[in-house]
Amino acid sequence: MNENEIGEFIAALLILSGSIFSVISVFGIIRLPDVYTRSHAATKSSTLSVLLTLIGVFLYFLFHDHFVSVRVLLGIVFVFLTAPVAGHLIIRAAYRSKVGLADISVEDELYEVIHGNQDTKIEEKAKNEAEHS
Amino acid sequence: MIQTMLAISVVLFAITIAIAVIRLIIGPSMPDRVIAMDVIGVNLLATIGVVSIIYGTKAYLEVILILGILSFISTIAFSKYIERGVIVERKRDR
Repeated sequence: MNENEIGEFIAALLILSGSIFSVISVFGIIRLPDVYTRSHAATKSSTLSVLLTLIGVFLYFLFHDHFVSVRVLLGIVFVFLTAPVAGHLIIRAAYRSKVGLADISVEDELYEVIHGNQDTKIEEKAKNEAEHS
Repeated sequence: MIQTMLAISVVLFAITIAIAVIRLIIGPSMPDRVIAMDVIGVNLLATIGVVSIIYGTKAYLEVILILGILSFISTIAFSKYIERGVIVERKRDR
């Protein structure tokens, strides 16, 4: 084996490990109980698998054709930057639109901060009306 | 050897996309479906990279970048729609 074949083998190994990570992450998506834990499986390990695969594709074209593909490099940087942002935004939207937690969840401290406790809201409303009148 | 490994990885990505389609159908809430759609788009991007190696062409490499941008934009648009009810917000006339 010369050096190009060794490089191609390393690239194929990266691609294979990326696909195995992808299958593991999608088992998390189908098995976990609510949307927040599912997004944990989706954004973290799916990003890792796609980054491994794209780095493998870049290395394969580098060793096989001696071709530095700037487009694949741009794709790697773009996926690395945008996948966590997209996961954060969709989970923020899910929490603000009151998607429920799983049944085994114990406590939700953020609920009163964002949506407000029902009793305190009624008390504040009564207090405001008393001040205005 | 290398061709076999690439074929196995394409099959594994296909399994991933199939299971994500199941979550896309049965997902109880709207953000579940958006997450499944994001996973499908990102894995499709990786599959296209592997397919471009198998076919031995560099013509598909632009598709990786374009699909990444489209997947990100659609996820952002869906999250704004779920949170606020509109996608494009305009300032009011004064």
